[in-house]
Amino acid sequence: MLDANDLNVFPVDAWIQDGVAWIALNLRPLFLAIKWPVEYVLNLNIFLLQEIPFLAIVAVAVLLAWRLASLGVACFSAVALVAIATLGVWSEAMTTLSLITTAIVICAAIGIPIGIGCARSDRMWGVVRPILDIMQTTPTFVYLVPVVMLFGVGTVPGEVAVVTAAAPPLIRFTNLGIRMVETEMVEAGLAFGATKRQLLWEVQLPLAVPTILGGLNQTVLTAMVMSVVVAMIGAEGLGLVVLQGLGRLDVGRAAVGGIAIVLLAMMLDRITQKLAQPGGPGGRPLLRSLRALVRSGRPADDKATARPPASNPAISSPDQ
Amino acid sequence: MTERLRVENLYKVFSKSPDPALRMLAAGAKKSEVLAKTGMVVGLNDVSLSVPSGAIYMVMGLSGSGKSTLARCINRLNEPSAGRILLDGRDIVAAGEAELRDIRRKRISMVFQHFALLPNRTVAENTEFGLKLQGVSPQARRRRAEEVLSIVGLARWGNHYPHELSGGMRQRVGLARALATDADVLIMDEAFSALDPLIRTEMQDELLRLQRTLKKTILFITHDFQEALKLGTRIAIMADGELVREGTPQSIVLEPGSDYVAAFTREVDRSRLFDARWAMTPVQPVPLAAGLCLAETADGGGLVLDDGGHVVGALDADTLRGLRDTAGLGTGGLGTLRKEFVTVRECDSLLDAARAHRAGRPMAVVDEDGRLTGTLAADRILAGIASAPPHPAGGLHA
Repeated sequence: MLDANDLNVFPVDAWIQDGVAWIALNLRPLFLAIKWPVEYVLNLNIFLLQEIPFLAIVAVAVLLAWRLASLGVACFSAVALVAIATLGVWSEAMTTLSLITTAIVICAAIGIPIGIGCARSDRMWGVVRPILDIMQTTPTFVYLVPVVMLFGVGTVPGEVAVVTAAAPPLIRFTNLGIRMVETEMVEAGLAFGATKRQLLWEVQLPLAVPTILGGLNQTVLTAMVMSVVVAMIGAEGLGLVVLQGLGRLDVGRAAVGGIAIVLLAMMLDRITQKLAQPGGPGGRPLLRSLRALVRSGRPADDKATARPPASNPAISSPDQ
Repeated sequence: MTERLRVENLYKVFSKSPDPALRMLAAGAKKSEVLAKTGMVVGLNDVSLSVPSGAIYMVMGLSGSGKSTLARCINRLNEPSAGRILLDGRDIVAAGEAELRDIRRKRISMVFQHFALLPNRTVAENTEFGLKLQGVSPQARRRRAEEVLSIVGLARWGNHYPHELSGGMRQRVGLARALATDADVLIMDEAFSALDPLIRTEMQDELLRLQRTLKKTILFITHDFQEALKLGTRIAIMADGELVREGTPQSIVLEPGSDYVAAFTREVDRSRLFDARWAMTPVQPVPLAAGLCLAETADGGGLVLDDGGHVVGALDADTLRGLRDTAGLGTGGLGTLRKEFVTVRECDSLLDAARAHRAGRPMAVVDEDGRLTGTLAADRILAGIASAPPHPAGGLHA
């Protein structure tokens, strides 16, 4: 009788072990080069979020939520942040938030250009797409194996895993968003003599922004999930609270970590989801809210003052 | 009129390697045969035409006839498979990337069926789009945008977004955007087809009004024969990628040349299409008395003209006969000159002539200076509206 174990003739584990060992030894400069910017951005974010006073962070979060989403989301954000503080895991939550914001920055810096490249070249998309498929079907847990091998353990290797897991949706959505821009819009650009670069910046990218922000929302949620999982390879943050609670059979502590994670995740989701949502009066709240955000940073913006109110009675339709 | 745009033996086959299809077409194969044999779709099959400067040149055809393909080949949104397109004698098909971009920026602009306005930009920003691509400074292009927006009647709408505008107003923005670059050739691809009938008529009138001052060379694509008749200086009718008839609106209505074209012309309202000059009977005035001439009308009466050819009065048949019998065409007989006559201009439509007609009064047709060139009887107006020209001498208003 043939047993399944009899067929185990390929020592794949040994091959991979040798292969990874070889890569870790010989390609070390490459991994250091990958690690360096991640480490830099992450440390900056951790420093900022840990040093900025609690009230200031709440104020900034509320302002962002209000300008980007709505007053309701802003209220929720305030409540969620205060709740996290009352649970006594504020510092850990800020570390997790650093992991996520770092992932957003790096994913945007890498993912959007790759997505643009994929949208403009079918060949590149043909190469990138199967890689994304593999990355997105791989369980987050499995990411940790090569990361530990190649980058070691700790918060920075954890961040590498977070970025790797969170980038694919943004690449996909950027590609999709640009490809979905109506042909007539693209032709309008071409017909007025746009170069390839002008076509991208003047027509395709602005019209793809809602879809790209939908991808950003997915990236944020994936980063959130991953920032918890990477506690298993020694990354700090709320994930570590849960892990410690489990390890010590301290259900209370694990639950506190879990509640904080849920609150943080809901807050981030609500804010970023509102960004990508079409509809509402006027149809394009996203662009207006982005513009509003820019304007709030530049109070002396000339456009804001030059634009007449929409209900100006002096305006009458020449069509009638 | 000088020639602005010339299309020579243009072929378009939708395929990366169109050569076998092109060979079949050159050997006289039809679109359907090429499709059956090679699986390639033929967009244009040996199209040649010449667009005079300042004309509104209508390309008319049903869907799938290749009319849009033709328009999009002109600015190479579709790449022609073979043939030449000459803009002031320079071949657009042979132009390199930079030259093509320059042509698209400065020489040929386009108005789209579904407007193709960028939703994230204001009306003014959309209008200055072409200028922005050219690198014109923000102040200069905004000035130009405001200028053209006021030309199309949207002066105060610059800071609104396209979604706040009605369909007709959006297409005005599309038109303003095309005008802003000062290109002398305008491609209007079914520009008014997406508008509801009332707004469409209004936009057609607007285009005719603008064209009187702008004098652009307009290549206008449409599937609506009435629109082609109304706007067109010349009309090209396409079917299955081929040009089946080309000419002035009047000549096409008079001689459709094929059943396919006749199907369009059958329902045409001739009373608006043809003018009084076309249906009138030319006159040969004869001297009547000192400083006066007589032009006879069909009913035996006559119109009396002064030195300058202006009509001063009318004589009915009996009076004229009486005058002739007594050979008294002297000044004395002119006391019986009737003042009742009707005047229409040569360029007035037959509909206008029919409205002006009064029973028992002769109708004088005069040129721009008011000089008599012909007379128009009721039966001639009816004949002109109903069918063929009343007589071969009738001039076409081209």
